[in-house]
Parts: sequence; structure tokens; C-alpha cells
Amino acid sequence: MRVSRVETTMNYVILGGFALFALIPVLTILLTSVSAPLGEPDGFYLSNYVEAWTVGGFGRSLGNSVVVAAIVVSLATVLAILAGYAFGTMRFRGSTALFYLFLLGLMIPAEATIIPLFFDLRSLGLTDTYLAIALPQVAQSIAFGTFWLRAQFRSMPTSLIEAAALDGAGPMQALVRILVPASRPAIVTMLVLVFMWTWNEFLIALIMAPGGKLRTAPLGLANFQGQYTSETALLAAGAVIVALPTVILFLVLQRHFIRGMLEGAAK
Amino acid sequence: MASSTTGRRAPARLPARRRPRPSAVARSAATPYLFILPAFLVYGAFALYPLGRAAQFSLFEWKGFGSSTFVGLRNYLDLAGDADFRAAIANALILIVFYAVIPLVVGLVLAAVLRRGQVRGMGFFRTVVFLPQVIALVVVAVAWRQIYSPNGLLNEALRAVGLDVLTRGWLGDPGTALAAVGFIGTWVEMGLVMLLLLSGMSRIPAEQFEAARLDGANAVQEFFAITLPAVRGEITVALVLTIIAALKTFDLVYMTTSGGPGNSTTVPSFEAYFRAFELREVGSASAVAIVLTLLIFVINVGVSRIGEREA
Repeated sequence: MRVSRVETTMNYVILGGFALFALIPVLTILLTSVSAPLGEPDGFYLSNYVEAWTVGGFGRSLGNSVVVAAIVVSLATVLAILAGYAFGTMRFRGSTALFYLFLLGLMIPAEATIIPLFFDLRSLGLTDTYLAIALPQVAQSIAFGTFWLRAQFRSMPTSLIEAAALDGAGPMQALVRILVPASRPAIVTMLVLVFMWTWNEFLIALIMAPGGKLRTAPLGLANFQGQYTSETALLAAGAVIVALPTVILFLVLQRHFIRGMLEGAAK
Repeated sequence: MASSTTGRRAPARLPARRRPRPSAVARSAATPYLFILPAFLVYGAFALYPLGRAAQFSLFEWKGFGSSTFVGLRNYLDLAGDADFRAAIANALILIVFYAVIPLVVGLVLAAVLRRGQVRGMGFFRTVVFLPQVIALVVVAVAWRQIYSPNGLLNEALRAVGLDVLTRGWLGDPGTALAAVGFIGTWVEMGLVMLLLLSGMSRIPAEQFEAARLDGANAVQEFFAITLPAVRGEITVALVLTIIAALKTFDLVYMTTSGGPGNSTTVPSFEAYFRAFELREVGSASAVAIVLTLLIFVINVGVSRIGEREA
């Protein structure tokens, strides 16, 4: 199709304007993060990052986030692979109803589960633990992962599993030796999305760790904002520190992010 | 190896009176359930069971400690007359305009224009417009607080073009706070919606447009006759995702306004949190959470139904 020069120019104007709209807040915070802290002369202050890191205690909160993310990502992936495998490749009584029950998890808002969970776990003395922060997120991620991997395993030719059966493989061997290696891209997509959701999660971490010792990175930032509201430069540096891990991962694996968010939604 | 081959064939010769095996490798009827069990246990214990508990809690009056009193549906009835709760629902509906409607309308127009052109740099563009989706909302809130602050970028820009009268603390002014929070939602969801629509439009065969053009259709007629019907599915998906995001808004409100000034930016999630942990009204908080859950279900199913029927 031929496209006029005016139209092409207009396309670039739209693309440029749109990209600028998306970037302005990002650039604002990057520029603020190296601007002069309160009471200092104008200049370029990379030292804000060091200052924010120490004052905001980001070493600890990022460490907490890493632990929580490791638990959620590993547990949710393994459990969702097992469940997605059953739903995607096996016929059994009640499979549709059970699957819908898992799908429900995509819609249940965290606030409806996390408030009663907090009080129940508190009476067991289990709040302010990594597991209390991680397990509700594992449950959410299982709902998505089961749904995502079921679609992936269903799309694989049944001849693969039949061939495995001829080789004498049991259900676990067929999964581990054949289906999982062949599904690597879909599994990586799930990994990066679950990592991102967990890293960015706020409400669950806020409620489950009232003591403050297990504050994850986003909570560290919220707390920092509460204490140093007027220190915009330090606050911006802290914000960049918190955002950086997911942004870097996104820049490296963006195909997985975009594919996962667009296709995961469409399925 | 001949013996082992016959050994492997043996099960296939069993009489077919039993139910078929779950799959070629899963011989026992219990196998699929065993594979689902671990996931189900965690999902059940940390999602389904607490949801049931929320429904149960919502029928009691409880301060979060000590004894509780059964009050039936009174928490729900009280919500109907509760000014803060009603404000939260009204605000959530307005946020839907910012999170879902504006990105959809703008996204449709821009994607339709972009579809026609062969432009370079689409890869870079996709990366940039998707970026807001991966940044923690807490960070997004910090960035926008600075933009909206009295000496922030927005006010500076207004002063630069001589519109000093419009400058204000956008998040602190009861007249603009909700729109200011909502616009952050627009910023977050815009790129996702646009990429969804673009990927849908890229699947429309070019011949359809050429045929329309031969029939003398202009760009607007083409949009309504071909483009719009072809992306119904994507529109449905975009609406479901963004409406749920709007209804679940918590981080942004918590970080920018805490629901204020007054109750001008409060939302259901924030009300649930605030009631449970600040006001110590766990029953009322649970009722809010249950209403929110139902609202999400109804809208989700409703939008999907409409999308399916019209597709």
C-alpha cells in the first residue's frame, strides 16, 4: 500500500509524541535523582545514590525483595508447571470445573484475601515472615501460571507424549525430559512476569510485614518518602534504585514481557 | 529388546471397558489429580480459603482483636449509607474513564493511523511505550508527585506559556486531585492498550483495505467498517485488563494522596485497607473487599459477554 509523505510524517509525529509522553516521568525522576540535595549548590550529584542507599536502608529492603521473589518465582513456577501439565495434556473427570476454579484467581483482588489472611496468620504468629509475604503471591501466580502453561502444553503435538510413552517414560519423565525443554520460551515468559509482579507488589508486603524488618523494596521507598518528603533528590534516587532491577530485566528480555502481557491477556 | 517391547504393548491390549487413560504416559486415573494437588493446596490455602474467610468476617463486627459480634448483613447495609464508601465507588468509576476509556479511544485512533504507515523504529517505540507497565507503581507515584508538585514540571510548563492562573498543587486541590491520580493511570495503561490494538490491527489483511479504498471509502469509513470490527477481541481484552487495574488501584492512592483531600480520591481498596488497619473495623473492611470482588467479577464477565456477542 502506498503511503503519502504527509502521512509518514504524521506517523513519526505521533510516535515521537507518544514516546515522549511515556518518557517524561522517567526522565523527570532520572534528572531529579542527580540534582542538588537540599541546601547544596546546583550541580550533578551522583552521590545522591550512595546517600539514598544508606539513609533509606535499601541494601536490606532489596535483599528482602530478592528473598521473596526467589521463593515466589521458584515455587509458583514448579507448581504451575505440574498443574498446567495435567490440565493441558490429560483427560480427567472435573478438569473443566477445576480449571475455572484456578481461573478465578486471576480476578480475586488481593485486598479480599490479604485482610483475613493477615488476622489468621497473626493468630498463628506467622506474620512478619518471608513466607507470609511470599505465599499469597505464590497463590496469585499459580492462577496465572497454570492458565498460561496449560495453553502452552496444549499447543504441543500429542505425538511427543506418545513417543515418550513408547520409550517407556512415565508422566513425570515425559514432562521433565520432553515438554519442559520444548516449552522453555513460555516458561521464561512466566518467570519474568512473575518476578516483575512480585518485585513491584506493594499491598501484600505492606500488610504482611507490619514490623518493618522484612520491608521489601517498594515499601522501603514508601517509608523513605514518609520520612524524607522534602528531600526530592534523594527520594528520586531511591525510586530509581527500586525500579532498576525490573527495568533492566525488561530491557534484556523485552520480547518475553511484551509477548506475555499481550498474549497472556488474549488467551 | 524384543521382550521389553511386548511388555510395553501389553497395557494397550487390555479390554476397553475401563475409562481411557488420562494421557499416553499417565496410566492411572489418579495421576492428573496428583499433579494438580500441590498447586491446589497453596492456591486453596492462600487464595480461596481467605476469600471465604473475608465473606465470613464481613458478617461480624470485630476490632481485629478480642471478641466479635455477629451482625448479619449490617456491615453491607451500613456501606450503602456510608459517605466515604460511596465516594470510593464513585471515584473508582471515574478512574475507569482514565484507566480504560481514554487509553482505548486515544489508542484506537493512534493505532489506526500508525497501522497504515511503514515507519522505522517500531521496536524502539514498543520498548518505550511499554516501560510504564514494568515500573513499580510506588516509583511511578514518586515521579508523578514531583511532576504535580507546586514547583514541579507541570506548573513550570504552565508558567512558561503564561498560564500562571492554572498553577496549583495538583494532588492537594480537591478539584483536581482525582483527575491527577487518574491521569497517572492513563499514563500507565496507554502503552499496553496501544500495543494490544496495534497487534490486532496488524493481522487485518491489506486486501480488505484496498478493496474498501476501491469502493471509495475514506479513512473514517474504513476505520468503522474494517478496523474497528476486526479488533473487537483486543478491545475486550484491553477493557477487562484496564478496568480491573482501575478498580484495584491502591499503590498510587496510598503513595500520592492517601485518599484525600477529604475523601476526594479514596477508592475501594484503600477503604478496605484503611478500615481494617486504621479504623479497626475488620468486618466493614471485609464487606468492602467482598463488594469490590463482586464488582470486578460482574464487570469482567459483562465486558467479556458483550465482546463475545458482538464479535
